[in-house]
Amino acid sequence: MSTIKSLEDLKKAREEALQKREMKTAAGTAQVVVAMGTCGIAAGARDTMKAILDTIEKESLNGIIVTQTGCIGLCEKEPIVMVTIGDQPKVTYGKVNPEVAKKILNEHVVNGKPVADHVIPM
Amino acid sequence: MRELSLHLLDIAENSIAASASEVRITVLENSETDLLQMSVQDNGKGMDAETIARVIDPFYTSRTTRKVGLGIPLLKEAAEACNGFLKIDSTPGKGTLLTVQFQRSNIDRMPLGNLADTFLQLLIMNPTIHWIFTYRVDDREFALDNDQIMQTLDGIPLTEPPILNYLRELVETGIREVANPG
Repeated sequence: MSTIKSLEDLKKAREEALQKREMKTAAGTAQVVVAMGTCGIAAGARDTMKAILDTIEKESLNGIIVTQTGCIGLCEKEPIVMVTIGDQPKVTYGKVNPEVAKKILNEHVVNGKPVADHVIPM
Repeated sequence: MRELSLHLLDIAENSIAASASEVRITVLENSETDLLQMSVQDNGKGMDAETIARVIDPFYTSRTTRKVGLGIPLLKEAAEACNGFLKIDSTPGKGTLLTVQFQRSNIDRMPLGNLADTFLQLLIMNPTIHWIFTYRVDDREFALDNDQIMQTLDGIPLTEPPILNYLRELVETGIREVANPG
């Protein structure tokens, strides 16, 4: 079972994360929220969340806060993802499959430009 | 939902909504007894007998945004179709234990699906909850308790890329070695 990672590996990962965080200065925090109610999960929210976490990991996107919420009452538009950059108003996206999730991260969270065709007008 | 692991994610969301601070998820497969059992145990606010009866009813939900809850009734039906059962033991103020059992080899049994993704996302999205995961197939076991992980991280968010990488490899490898030995 030598392939199982140890706590030493976790300590190394923590040091690495700390260094990268120090390099990045306050460019405004980005918060990504995925709706994970029964409706969201049934519509594919787990794959959407996976795409978000995989993109953060593979493209080394530091300092993004990812959280979840329950059903927000727009079940027919699930999977739903909400993005807030700094003090800008929250943007709500509907029908976010893994591909769209990746696009939202790259275009909105990283470059500040919302992905217009998936925005739900609130 | 076509995967048991998606149902687990859904049930665990109920524990989170019930303000649990500790959630124990156990998945046991036994080829000898031909059983697959999953349980979610939390120390949340619990339910009285009347509420439990209503949770199993497809037209009951505790949510206020929508009037129908289908997660648990559909899972119960799926279990019963595979010579199994779903039961809920709960005490108000103490917590809830949900147990669901299937005949493992039943042709109608849903696949377990991506258990690693379910465990990972619960862990990463709810860092203030004490998670205790166990996945066992016969005599092979993967167990994960996030206590030590959170202590070691000491305030560094789980969503930082190197931490995500560590957790993903830890959980994916652990579960793979239990599901497909050798």
